[in-house]
Amino acid sequence: MSFLEYAPAPESKSILHLKKKYGLFINGEFVDGHGTPFTTISPADESPIAGIAYANEADVDTAVAAARRAYEKTWSRMSGADRGKYLFRIARLVQERARELSVAESLDNGKPIKESRDVDVPLVAAWFFYYAGWADKLDHAGYGPAPRALGVAAQVIPWNFPLLMLAWKIAPALAAGNTVVLKPAETTPLSALIFAEILQQADLPAGVVNIITGAGDTGAALVNHPDVNKVAFTGSTAVGRAIAKSTAGTGKKITLELGGKAANIVFDDAPMDQAIEGIVNGIFFNQGHVCCAGSRLLVQENVHDEVIDRLKQRLSTLRMGDPLDKNTDIGAINSKAQLDRIRALSKVGEEEGAQRWSADCEIPAKGFWFAPTIFTNVETSHRIAREEIFGPVLSVLTFRTPAEAIAKANNTPYGLSAGIWSDKGSRILGVADRLKAGVVWANTFNRFDPASPFGGYKESGYGREGGRHGLGAYLDTGWHPSLTAAATPLSDALEAGSAKKPRRASVAKKGASK
Amino acid sequence: MTIETSVVLAPASRAIQLIGSDLTEKSLKLHLDGLTGVDAVGLQARAADLATRSIKTTSKVWALDTIIKLIDLTTLEGSDTPGKVRSLVAKAMNPDPSDPTTPRVAAVCVYGDMVGDAVAALGSAHAAGGSTGINVAAVATAFPSGRSSLAIKLADTSDAVQAGADEIDMVIDRGAFLSGRYGLVFDQIVAVKEACRREDGTYAHLKVILETGELNTYDNVRRASWLAILAGGDFIKTSTGKVQPAATLPVTLLMLQVVNDWYRLTGEKIGVKPAGGIRSSKDAIRYLVTVAETVGEEWLQPHLFRFGASSLLNDVLLQRQKITTGHYSGPDYVTID
Amino acid sequence: MSTHLTIPKTYKLYIGGAFPRSESGRTYQVVTRKGEFLANAAKASRKDARDAVVAARAAVAGWSGATAYNRGQVLYRIAELLEGRRAQFVDELRHGGGLSEVAAQREVDAAIDVWVWYAGWADKYLQVSGNANAVSGPYFNISTPEPTGVVALVAPQGPASEGSGLLGLVSVIAPALVSGNSVVVIASEATPLPAISLAEVMATSDVPGGVVNILTGSPAEIAPWLASHADVNALDLAGAGALDWVDLQIAAADTLTRVLPPESGIPAAALDRIQFFTETKTVWHPKGII
Repeated sequence: MSFLEYAPAPESKSILHLKKKYGLFINGEFVDGHGTPFTTISPADESPIAGIAYANEADVDTAVAAARRAYEKTWSRMSGADRGKYLFRIARLVQERARELSVAESLDNGKPIKESRDVDVPLVAAWFFYYAGWADKLDHAGYGPAPRALGVAAQVIPWNFPLLMLAWKIAPALAAGNTVVLKPAETTPLSALIFAEILQQADLPAGVVNIITGAGDTGAALVNHPDVNKVAFTGSTAVGRAIAKSTAGTGKKITLELGGKAANIVFDDAPMDQAIEGIVNGIFFNQGHVCCAGSRLLVQENVHDEVIDRLKQRLSTLRMGDPLDKNTDIGAINSKAQLDRIRALSKVGEEEGAQRWSADCEIPAKGFWFAPTIFTNVETSHRIAREEIFGPVLSVLTFRTPAEAIAKANNTPYGLSAGIWSDKGSRILGVADRLKAGVVWANTFNRFDPASPFGGYKESGYGREGGRHGLGAYLDTGWHPSLTAAATPLSDALEAGSAKKPRRASVAKKGASK
Repeated sequence: MTIETSVVLAPASRAIQLIGSDLTEKSLKLHLDGLTGVDAVGLQARAADLATRSIKTTSKVWALDTIIKLIDLTTLEGSDTPGKVRSLVAKAMNPDPSDPTTPRVAAVCVYGDMVGDAVAALGSAHAAGGSTGINVAAVATAFPSGRSSLAIKLADTSDAVQAGADEIDMVIDRGAFLSGRYGLVFDQIVAVKEACRREDGTYAHLKVILETGELNTYDNVRRASWLAILAGGDFIKTSTGKVQPAATLPVTLLMLQVVNDWYRLTGEKIGVKPAGGIRSSKDAIRYLVTVAETVGEEWLQPHLFRFGASSLLNDVLLQRQKITTGHYSGPDYVTID
Repeated sequence: MSTHLTIPKTYKLYIGGAFPRSESGRTYQVVTRKGEFLANAAKASRKDARDAVVAARAAVAGWSGATAYNRGQVLYRIAELLEGRRAQFVDELRHGGGLSEVAAQREVDAAIDVWVWYAGWADKYLQVSGNANAVSGPYFNISTPEPTGVVALVAPQGPASEGSGLLGLVSVIAPALVSGNSVVVIASEATPLPAISLAEVMATSDVPGGVVNILTGSPAEIAPWLASHADVNALDLAGAGALDWVDLQIAAADTLTRVLPPESGIPAAALDRIQFFTETKTVWHPKGII
């Protein structure tokens, strides 16, 4: 026998106690939706998992009203210390039910259990712990002496890190004192609904968090609801753009975490074995369903062949298969639609003349699968070098000098993340300075932490999530008219003296009336 | 200290093949200093990731037997006696008296002066160059510190070989390495290798102990691994077991990566031996996984991979009994050696 | 008394450190509050706006790459030069804006103070806007703000009596410059003359050409081109309250350009204004000693 064909080591599903169908979580309880319910399936074998309610506009209205009521009557009146205690409770409950949440996540999303178990769910707990501590310290966050909550936050999250994205959204929103209506992705609602049960166990006041399931129209109705004050969206740039347009002039505060086409730059002096791991982690982590994935590998030309050789050897040890098997490295593609897109773009890559290599993986008969793939001989003008594939597909380009690497890395409308691999400290810092990306990983990749702000430049979105910056996204911070203390007050300088007038309220109203 | 860069080094075919025939201290240093660096955090993260593999059922049965077959069952104490060595050899030949299907270990590892006792105790079970049977490995070259003259190190080695040792576990001069005298370290390995030569022209296998706990940095471990391979080592070994830390998974992974690089470059397979500190089956299985996923499953054979261990064997036997009988065993059901 | 016949100034645009006429050849009349002719100002076209964006983009690398200490000194130098030419600005505000001499003087003083205030932030804003992050692992992790890139601004368009002639212009340009952005600004349509005089200050100060580009003309005509321009990273609609500014914001959304909505009156000097035109970059690196 071959040792490397490790015997199956499946995580048991018996820990899950799923309901046959789930309602919408509104005002602290599960209620029926008024749209046509749908079924969420396991992408690994296409088997149905549970029936899911579909929120229509009326349900969105109900949920927003519940959030508004909870904001006015409960949450905005509660002390920061008590808000924090609820968040700490949630963090602990997530830890206690970590195994169950991991199984649910891998079942519904298709990601390997080792990732949901070792990355997603621990980070979820960490996120609530981190922001719990901020709840009673908002006046120390650098947003003025008394920053205030915005009100009701509408949050729409993607399917790639279902529970983690929920945590990224809900934790800072609640810490800052907002209430929430959150819509998980259509294909991955399961962990959010189990999370709703956790909120019940935590005895979170009704309506503070509402979770409504549905599809794109549900999300659109939510973000465009006139009674929401904050919109936070993670997903495609196309949808983000639409949200930016539909919310223009409304005065809603917006956070958008959108697409990316990150360059992972490998210099010839890189710590090579670690760089190879970083490349693999950069693009094959979570099947490449990562907005900040290192999908463009920029290799210094003099080490290109060596890097590709090593990469192929390493990829041949990756294990694709049952997401619930503890030894699985590469799980299932989340949906048929996504698989089709990956296939289509890979075909384009071949047609454009790039050279395709795929790891020799056995593709299961059922479910949605795509073997880890690298394209060499990719040119900057190729579509696979420009468009986000959002799958386990790496495009390899070369460069000759640091300046060329920087130019190629920045030559994209996106600007979410980038990687640098080099043993030379000054070059790392110099290149990091010049990369137009919100997150730069040097000699590492795809690291996340609640204390560390995350978010992109340019078409990768607005704002940052995580850290002190992520808190600011949920606060009405106002400007600080500091000049009055520093020099001659402007208002004194002018007969009409308009400089001191509060600037936002009247303007926002004007926009909204359009 | 000035490094005498013009010193011509003893010939070693691998080094000549790679660096050129005008092999000097300087050319060796240039080569070793030119190796790409190691990022400690990334290396440790990769090792931690490999350690999460879950080895169950049939794979576990295979793994446990394989671990036994790869063990250098070791006693390296000042208090070693012929009796102690005979006891060790008995355990090596018949690790679990309650289960005759239990495989034998790869070798017994003893001090040079105990080689004769070990050979005698093994009798017909002594491999002595054959493909079956148990090897006798001897630590040599003023083990564990390596602090003696070259003449003594060579005598130490040839004595053990003449007494019937199949394998020599030598230590490098860490002081020379840390002070930058790579050529001295190189020359000593070459000389010891020559001292491994038997009268019939064959050689005892040479394992080069880097004592990674004293080299301290991963960059040093990488350089020392290259140096040991270039000088003719058949195996590179982490530790004497007398210095902490001894074998760690990241260090072993790093040495396997060097071995992988050498294989990619030359097609030649070098062995790796983590030694010291590996006490549980769970730990040892992590090493098997690391070997299989770094250089390939082919390395999981006694001529390419060994565990230097003493207490590991009993833990593997306990695990083995658990699988055979279906219930947990206890320390009184395995023998002390 | 001298019988010297005065030489009227030709007011042109300020793009890339040069003073071109509008490529369209168009001008518009600038008159006093009483309707008397003062000057012909250049009426910038969409192509002038395009050229200004190109010039601004070219200037980003140099300006943002300068040390913060250097940028602070350059901004302070603007205040010095403004001080030296205060009589000229007072004159323009009086005749072009109809301000009393006292009001004009106070506005120029305030404008000078705005430069001084922002100049001091250049090497400090990063310390209060960025931070080190205590991540759970052996990583160095730091978040720092960086300039967004090219910022298009609509300067306050209100009556000159409220300060839109000079103070409004300075109040939107200065904060964008602090972090290293370069700007394309549409000056007050009604009171454009101080803007071009400010351009002369820029040209003779140490601000590199292209860092500040000033367009005069119709905001309603030019702003949509800047809002929808893919190479503009941020849009300050401070003075766009009277325009269809929601449409401008929608146009900007096509490339996710950051948009600051209109303000009433003159924007107060604020650290937030500096921060708005920055992007936070977070850098990770492993920490290890072996």
